[in-house]
Amino acid sequence: MARRSALRIYLPLAFYGVFLMLPFLWMILTTFKAREELLNTPNPFWIFHPTFEHVVGLLTTTAYLQWFANTLFVSVASTILSVFVSYITAYAIIRLRFPGWQTVSTAIFLAYIVPPAILFIPLATIIIQLHWFDKLWALVPIYATFLVPFCTWLLIGFLKNIPRELEEAARVDGASNLAILWRIIFPIAVPGLISAAIFSFTLSWNEYLYALVYMSSSGNKTVAVGMTTELIRGDVFQWGQLMAGALIGVLPAVLVYFFFVEYYVAGMSGSVKE
Amino acid sequence: MQRSPLLARLDSPRVLGYVLIAPAAIILIGLLAYPLLLGVWLSLTSATLGNPGTFVGLQNYATIFADPTFRGAAFYSGFYTFFAEAGKLVLGLALALILNRPFRGQRAARALMLLPWVAPTVLSALAWLWLLDPQFSALSWLLIRLHLIKSNIDFLGHAWNARWALIVVNIWRGLPYFAIGYLAGLQSISKDLYEAAAIDGASGWQAFRRITWPLLMPITTILVAFSSIFTLTDFQLIWTITRGGPTDATQVFTTLAYQRAITGGQLGEGAAIAVSPIVLMVILAFFVVRSVRER
Repeated sequence: MARRSALRIYLPLAFYGVFLMLPFLWMILTTFKAREELLNTPNPFWIFHPTFEHVVGLLTTTAYLQWFANTLFVSVASTILSVFVSYITAYAIIRLRFPGWQTVSTAIFLAYIVPPAILFIPLATIIIQLHWFDKLWALVPIYATFLVPFCTWLLIGFLKNIPRELEEAARVDGASNLAILWRIIFPIAVPGLISAAIFSFTLSWNEYLYALVYMSSSGNKTVAVGMTTELIRGDVFQWGQLMAGALIGVLPAVLVYFFFVEYYVAGMSGSVKE
Repeated sequence: MQRSPLLARLDSPRVLGYVLIAPAAIILIGLLAYPLLLGVWLSLTSATLGNPGTFVGLQNYATIFADPTFRGAAFYSGFYTFFAEAGKLVLGLALALILNRPFRGQRAARALMLLPWVAPTVLSALAWLWLLDPQFSALSWLLIRLHLIKSNIDFLGHAWNARWALIVVNIWRGLPYFAIGYLAGLQSISKDLYEAAAIDGASGWQAFRRITWPLLMPITTILVAFSSIFTLTDFQLIWTITRGGPTDATQVFTTLAYQRAITGGQLGEGAAIAVSPIVLMVILAFFVVRSVRER
């Protein structure tokens, strides 16, 4: 029995583990390898002379910390904006049933499946006209275009499952719709809001195309954009620094994920943006 | 409780409903719906960066359809999407079937398996780029040690090597998404069905063919259609690893549109390239909307 489960579960799982963890392992190995060891080593999967030189070099000689701060600012700000806007939208759709709510709900879902790849060119002309080009905060409303449909959709599913009796009792006591939205539903919706927030944060942290096209000066770049446009120059790759930057850049998303892993699995069981 | 007439009016579902959806409407109409229409319009003009251009009808489309680079990009977009989706489906379903059985360390395994999907794509793509380095590839080193190959493979220097390498990396990234989706699907299947099948003497494979797979069909449609929309318009991964090279072998709609419009300044032509997969996407979106409605 033990041998069978080893063969049927742990063996395939080991293959998946190696395949899925390989790039992360590679980031860690490269980050702490001495420079000479990167290109000339008897075994690339081992660190013979561990060093912090790449991390120190990355943080002291490049604008990495600035990019990191930029990414953090944009991700947090767009998450707060989007979750708030999505919450009131989802509430309106689910509870107020104003004329046209079904159309709005369908439109939001369709917006959710429009990929940034077909929007970035016309959006560029709009960004230039609005004088938003190369302004870091401009990414906040831009990211909201994919976060709001996503969060609204997620919150609609969540709010649907909150029993109506609670608010009906409040309504009998004379509470207004706004009071119900804020004092009755909001506290119950907190798990749904956390779910929306962690997905938004991860999606913003992952965004690349808009930041690549609309941010140009080094001080306004995000981690992914800064690394691919300024740490890779021509054919010279500073692999130690690049992998140190990738490793540090992966950490926020991974940390948020590990703290809220249950929310992720629950949220993904619904429909989720890849 | 007395309310002022203004507040009372604001509180009516009709008025409050529109007030509450207004912020979302402003963002989505201004920065999503309008650019979408503007994109279609731009594709019909001779616009360049800094010059609005004039209406030229379908000329940009005629130009790109006659362009072998565009046709190559359309081919590879489809090829990439088809094989990446097939790989993600098979490997993701197999992983879900493993993770669905009780075993020691199941929770930890589930948590770790999602990492490629959670980590920012560009950053993990950089790690792949370094793993696939023509001279110093750790993968080549490993394969040589295992006596599977004799000399380093130039993963990204040859057209077909690069095409397959990107598909493998895309599978790497999207497989956890399928695995979790399927895991949710598997958990919703009643155990009684399998017990009844076992009593009737069905083998594991028969139970899978007759029970599991048909019942997973709805979730399969959603996962594949949804994931295809974003695989077909993938940019980050391909741009980071090959930039569409070697010599345009891994060019897709998005990378080519970026090069023509942003690097080359040909907005009209770039917009036509970006808009061209819309027909395919509408078909995929139709399946998504239908499946989601049915649930």
